[in-house]
Amino acid sequence: MWSIYLGVIIQGVLTGLVYGLMALGLSVIFGVVRVVNFAHGEFAVVAMYATYVLFTALKLDPLLAVVPIAALFFVVGYALQAALINPFVGRPEHEQFILLVGVGIIIVNGLLIGFGPDARPVNLSYGFDSYEIGLLLIDKPRVFAAAAAIAVAAALFWFFRRTRTGAAIRACADNLVGAAVVGLDVKRLYALTFGLGLACVGAAGALLVTIADPAPVLGPAYTLLAFIIVIIGGMGSMVGALVGGVLIGVSEALAGFLFAPSMKSMFSFALLIAVLVLRPQGLMGRRI
Amino acid sequence: MSELWGSVTARGRIVMALVLAVLLALPLVADRYVLSVLTLIFYFAYVGQAWNLMMGYAGQLSLGHALYVGVGGYVAALLWLKLGIGPWLGVFAAIAVASGFGAAIGWLGFRFGIAGVYFALLTIAFAEFTRIGFDHLELTGGAAGLFLPFEEKRLGEWWNLRGGQLMFYYLALALASAAVLLIALIARSRLGYRLIAVREDETAARALGIDAFAVKMSAVVISSAMTAVGGVFYAFYYNNLFPSQVFEISRSIELILAPIVGGLGTVFGPVIGAFMLTPLGEVLIAVTARFGINAPGFKALFYGVILIIIISATPAGVWPRIAGLFGLKGRAP
Repeated sequence: MWSIYLGVIIQGVLTGLVYGLMALGLSVIFGVVRVVNFAHGEFAVVAMYATYVLFTALKLDPLLAVVPIAALFFVVGYALQAALINPFVGRPEHEQFILLVGVGIIIVNGLLIGFGPDARPVNLSYGFDSYEIGLLLIDKPRVFAAAAAIAVAAALFWFFRRTRTGAAIRACADNLVGAAVVGLDVKRLYALTFGLGLACVGAAGALLVTIADPAPVLGPAYTLLAFIIVIIGGMGSMVGALVGGVLIGVSEALAGFLFAPSMKSMFSFALLIAVLVLRPQGLMGRRI
Repeated sequence: MSELWGSVTARGRIVMALVLAVLLALPLVADRYVLSVLTLIFYFAYVGQAWNLMMGYAGQLSLGHALYVGVGGYVAALLWLKLGIGPWLGVFAAIAVASGFGAAIGWLGFRFGIAGVYFALLTIAFAEFTRIGFDHLELTGGAAGLFLPFEEKRLGEWWNLRGGQLMFYYLALALASAAVLLIALIARSRLGYRLIAVREDETAARALGIDAFAVKMSAVVISSAMTAVGGVFYAFYYNNLFPSQVFEISRSIELILAPIVGGLGTVFGPVIGAFMLTPLGEVLIAVTARFGINAPGFKALFYGVILIIIISATPAGVWPRIAGLFGLKGRAP
């Protein structure tokens, strides 16, 4: 019996790591640029569709598609920030919200018009394989996806800790005025950060394809999921995003297993309300 | 009241009287389709006005307002279906329950200092939680939905809201007009000034002795109560309620479009916004259907584009500009 529970929990951890990568992008964007990206999940779904297209057209495995898609999304993020979002950085929060809600609506409906409402499955050759460890059966694709997510996150950590640009971006997050005073090009760094954040989303989207089939309706759901994870893990904390992701992944897996699959989000929302009320800075965030 | 009328410019009074006269007389010349579009406009103007109170005047971003629509609708529908209690009584129960939810959300938010984005997410969380909850609630039919049956013999029972398009048209017009009146009165009342003070700078307002918590709670409770009435209208007009449709976040976003486009924090903003967006959406559907393209996606896409344009170019909304242009600006806060 315990092996079933353990299996569900491990499944949750693996899924949660991919969710965590998506939330990591949001955390980076909000932590530095202070823009509430309410189109986050929608971008992830675009990445999912891009992976689907690459898979059906070029037989490119999603795990390999991570690199080109992340690169593409970096460019998109950079351009989007510089062109559209930059004027909104100082504006009231509700205006930023509304702007990105608009972007999200355009993305979802663009996908709806382009691909139709049905989910598009990506059938991997190893899609149903699993590893056997004693009594446990663990999905192969999820292990690979989780490993890839960890790799991307590690790359991001390395960038922020070990490179000059990474330090510059962290400086902007810590003290914007000070960063400008020492001569950092804040606008360029903002665009860079947004690009990095969206690159995370792109990578996560490519990996999400191993977990769920792309459908336009997933956009808002993933946006909410990303926000739940970031708030629970702590806005602005990168490790928090991953920890939050794992937490939500496990809780959704358990809730889906113990109650009903359709109720799994209910628990996450209840958790969000509890965290907002009791500990709004999340598990690992800085005090607001 | 006379002070209210007096604060409107002479030109404004003429415009208002004309518009009202036209809308009252319209059913004499317009066909059923036009009336149904207008009913929709009035509905969005009404719930938009309710949301405007909370966002435009109190400055609290609620992205889960569909919660109150749904709760109001379900309560009234249930009372009608299970106990035969008509909507004119059921609306009070709907208001009670919905404002209970609003009070709970407001209390949690304001007592614990949850503001801005976090408050918005709190409202979303409540709406989504309720949506999934109703999906699994047997009492309300779960995900399969709740239906108000069409009974031939009951047609004409206006007290049970069993009537045709005409009845709902005038009801919606009455609701929208009442909402405009209510918001105009509130805006000029002490509560209104306190709301604006709290919106602009809560700390300064509190320093002046304004009970910010009470003021914000008033806004949330009134807003949710108003929206619940809209929910009752919705339930009896469409005669069906599905949790996945009524509570979902796209509904919440849909009802905030009109006030934002029209003008937050203004009395006529939501009305103007509704008059602009709904017909444009209908025209777009008609035009794209003519070319044989997938219509629903286009309409929403178009709304998204409009949203971005408005929030970038005129974040204060369209109405202030129009009012200035036509010299309709009265002496108002």
